[in-house]
Amino acid sequence: MMLSVPAAAGVLLLLAWIYPSDGLYFHIGETEKKCFIEEIPDETMVIGKYRTQLWDKQTSSFLPSTPGLGMHVEIKDPDTKIILSRQYGSDGRFTFTSHTPGEHQICLHSNSTKMALFAGGKLRVHLDIQVGEHTNNYPEIAAKDKLTELQLRVRQLLDQVEQIQKEQNYQRYREERFRMTSESTNQRVLWWSIAQTLILIVTGIWQMKHLKSFFEAKKLV
Amino acid sequence: MYGSFRVLFQVLWAHLLCGWVLGSELTFELPDNAKQCFYEDIIIGTKCTLEFQVVTGGHYDVDCRLEDPDGTTLYKEMKKQYDSFTFTASKNGTYKFCFSNEFSTFTHKTVYFDFQVGDDPPLFPNENRVTALTQMESACVSIHEALKSVIDYQTHFRLREAQGRSRAEDLNTRVAFWSIGEAIILLVVSISQVVLLRSFFSDKKTTTTRVGS
Repeated sequence: MMLSVPAAAGVLLLLAWIYPSDGLYFHIGETEKKCFIEEIPDETMVIGKYRTQLWDKQTSSFLPSTPGLGMHVEIKDPDTKIILSRQYGSDGRFTFTSHTPGEHQICLHSNSTKMALFAGGKLRVHLDIQVGEHTNNYPEIAAKDKLTELQLRVRQLLDQVEQIQKEQNYQRYREERFRMTSESTNQRVLWWSIAQTLILIVTGIWQMKHLKSFFEAKKLV
Repeated sequence: MYGSFRVLFQVLWAHLLCGWVLGSELTFELPDNAKQCFYEDIIIGTKCTLEFQVVTGGHYDVDCRLEDPDGTTLYKEMKKQYDSFTFTASKNGTYKFCFSNEFSTFTHKTVYFDFQVGDDPPLFPNENRVTALTQMESACVSIHEALKSVIDYQTHFRLREAQGRSRAEDLNTRVAFWSIGEAIILLVVSISQVVLLRSFFSDKKTTTTRVGS
């Protein structure tokens, strides 16, 4: 009994780290690229964890993990500049911090070169993306800074409020962009209407003048 | 010894819980004529909420369908722009929900969804859950819940604003192209009118002179 407890504890702990997430999953084809968009304010941390399982035709089920099969992760910032482009194994964890506010694109695709691996055609990907204050691991923070329960709760509230403030700043920046777009549309409608009316009048006058001179030349007027 | 075993077990349980995902929020692109399905294993009795919103694309609508492990449809809506559906899992197993853009021929859509399963994991593994929370702690808990709903509202506001902004940007480009196009059409039509009229009169002129003489 004494020996089995640490052993069982060790196994449980190992499992908790090897299989970081067992939540949502979806299926992806061999050459398929799946992209997810995260619209975030600046200086926000994003942690993504994924786990892959391959369809095994013999057992007609998904194998626990597939060594040798990697996933290529590509992350683009709002200016479509690549900020992360790396190959990970069949289980991976990627993290990045945004430096500009806006839509960041996270794309995943498998790097399988061996066609035989994908004979069944399906790869199951478990994905978990956490943004901002959800990336904080509170028990870890409590242990590191030696906080009491109340202090930890207040720390969590502070993190949440900070996220709300960042989002509001980003909201102000977005609203300014929206306003600029609307004003540009307004200007364009105004100037192009004036220009088109002028073109209409000028071509009308030119038509009449030209035809008049043409008929006078033909001695019909 | 038994006490230390219990503590160890509780710490491990907390560790496992913090590693477990209990809510997923994703925004993805759905190409035209495509269907995208997501799956999640849920334990019986868990209260779950599925919320989705179409952010950009076409008429801002998508088909959504939620099925339980036996294939029974729990929720099915066609061409919906935004909806929220809460249910309690009546069976153990894999629940599946799909978004379909098969009715659209050339517009691809961006869809946001938030699938909450159960409650958030506890912040701190309490050894004695039987004692009630102090006033300070329960105040913290209620502030936490209120802030969670503020963040939720902010997300929905951000999505609606993204929608409005994408429509405004579309309008801006459409106004530019259409104005330039109309100006060109105007010039082309007026010049060709004059050319056509001239061509009528040059033919007639030769016939009249012939008749005259």
